[in-house]
Amino acid sequence: MAFFKVREIVKFFGGLAAVNGVSFEVQEGEICGLIGPNGSGKTTIFNLINGYFPLNKGEVIFQNEKISGLKPHQICQRGIGRTFQVVKPLKRMSVLDNVIASAFLRRHSRAEAQQLAEETIEFCGLTHYTDKLAKSLPIASRKRLEITRALATLPKLLILDETAAGLNPHELEEAIGLIKKIRDSGITIIIVEHIMKVIMTISDHIVAINHGRLIARGTPTEVASNPEVVKAYFGEDYRA
Amino acid sequence: MKRPFGQLFLLFLLLILPLVIREAYYQHLMILVLMWVAIGSGWNLISGFTGQVLFGAAAFFGFGAYTAALLSSKLGLSAWWGLPLGGILSVAIAFPFGWICFRLRGPYFALATLALNEIFRHVATIWESLTDGMIGILVMQTFVSKAPYYYVALAIAVVSIVVIDRVMQSRWGYYFVSIREDQDAAESMGINTLYYKMLSLCISAFLIGITGALYTNYMGFIDPKVVFSLHDISIMAILVGIVGGVGTIYGPLVGAFIMVAVQEIFRSGGFGLLNFIGRSTGWPFMSSITKFVGDAHVLSFGILVIIVILFLPNGVVGDWPVIRKMFVRSKDQAV
Repeated sequence: MAFFKVREIVKFFGGLAAVNGVSFEVQEGEICGLIGPNGSGKTTIFNLINGYFPLNKGEVIFQNEKISGLKPHQICQRGIGRTFQVVKPLKRMSVLDNVIASAFLRRHSRAEAQQLAEETIEFCGLTHYTDKLAKSLPIASRKRLEITRALATLPKLLILDETAAGLNPHELEEAIGLIKKIRDSGITIIIVEHIMKVIMTISDHIVAINHGRLIARGTPTEVASNPEVVKAYFGEDYRA
Repeated sequence: MKRPFGQLFLLFLLLILPLVIREAYYQHLMILVLMWVAIGSGWNLISGFTGQVLFGAAAFFGFGAYTAALLSSKLGLSAWWGLPLGGILSVAIAFPFGWICFRLRGPYFALATLALNEIFRHVATIWESLTDGMIGILVMQTFVSKAPYYYVALAIAVVSIVVIDRVMQSRWGYYFVSIREDQDAAESMGINTLYYKMLSLCISAFLIGITGALYTNYMGFIDPKVVFSLHDISIMAILVGIVGGVGTIYGPLVGAFIMVAVQEIFRSGGFGLLNFIGRSTGWPFMSSITKFVGDAHVLSFGILVIIVILFLPNGVVGDWPVIRKMFVRSKDQAV
């Protein structure tokens, strides 16, 4: 039985099928990359997994339990943490308070929640921002705060939506390092990313979609050489 | 609380106040201030901390007030039973209301609370067999002296502030503020936003409801126009919150004091100062000025809000560092 599985999920926005019958599986402990051109439905898939949008058809199964149909907070309680592509820091709270608020999911006393929050902040390398207000952070740190907050809910599966977009090369290296570190701590990851350097170096397994449909699946090298994927990214006439 | 000396000293002052100030008029004003502390704190919890603007505080206030009044007029019980019961029944109203209306976000929720306010006002006006409509309900006051009411109001105000202070340091408080800052982020952090918004509304409704019941006991008379009043209760509650400081523990305390003082200064023509000038100088136009100022107290609220929003957007308590800097700097320049 797969650790995490989506089966034939369908989502319509009006008459447009944003996601149309996508199925894939993720094994425990791996990093699964989700790629596709702009508007191909990657973020929609995340919103479906996370319960932010209801599914029109299909199901999402996590650890042998059907989680589609649950509310986002219930899905988070089951052990799936997520970050948002457009970051959503709790602006008028300090970084520490942001993370404490999400650490309360697994820790009941204030002191325990604070301890978990501080550990997570340190793990993600945000320590020197601890007491800063979230709205004062630069974008790279805001993205990092998203990850920190998701990690403080102690997820088993973490879904990362373009956490590397808008970062400079140095920050990119750090982000890759952090994602690997999270994987090494035993958390399974699904990641959406546009930057091929990131997705190709860290993914164990890649799922490519276009126009809401699955077009390729496999290891990074397999997917990169798949004619469908090349066509989706570069158009019909491209010859490698 | 690390250094509760300031708070304890303030509490001590408030405790001995009725022994020092014996004029009924000033005691009355202090009772109003304390009631507004409780209402403002209730409003501040749901609107300031949880970010769900309550535009109809009078719905819960009036409901508590009518609960107390009806207990005495229909069931012949003491209206004091209205205090616990008014709070509990306000929660019983808040619960289904929140369950339905918390699907609405931002201004739409605020409008729904406004509607609740108006629905209750109309029901209380029209259902004459129960409430006597616009005639209102008269309740015998228990005490002639104002001191007992003062201490009850003080107790409710202190409980409101302590409860909110405790709540805001707990997990609930973190969840409330998270919901205010970003509901979608809060939901994906595993926070059941509907549940915690309801919890916050219920605590608010309880505090506002018991204050309404106290109002009935203290004033001895209520009618729908007074206790379900949009501008004297619902908007006043918002003003207390905004002037004092949205999302601050002691904001409603400061806001209540300022708002009751402003209201009273205008209503009474500067505590009778204008009347006095008119009488002693014999200027004929003074009497019309006095009347105009009395009528303009609602206008004064508007002006005050504009000033606060322009210069102290976080309220007196929220922007206290700014205010202090203003004074410290002017002192430096003097030296």
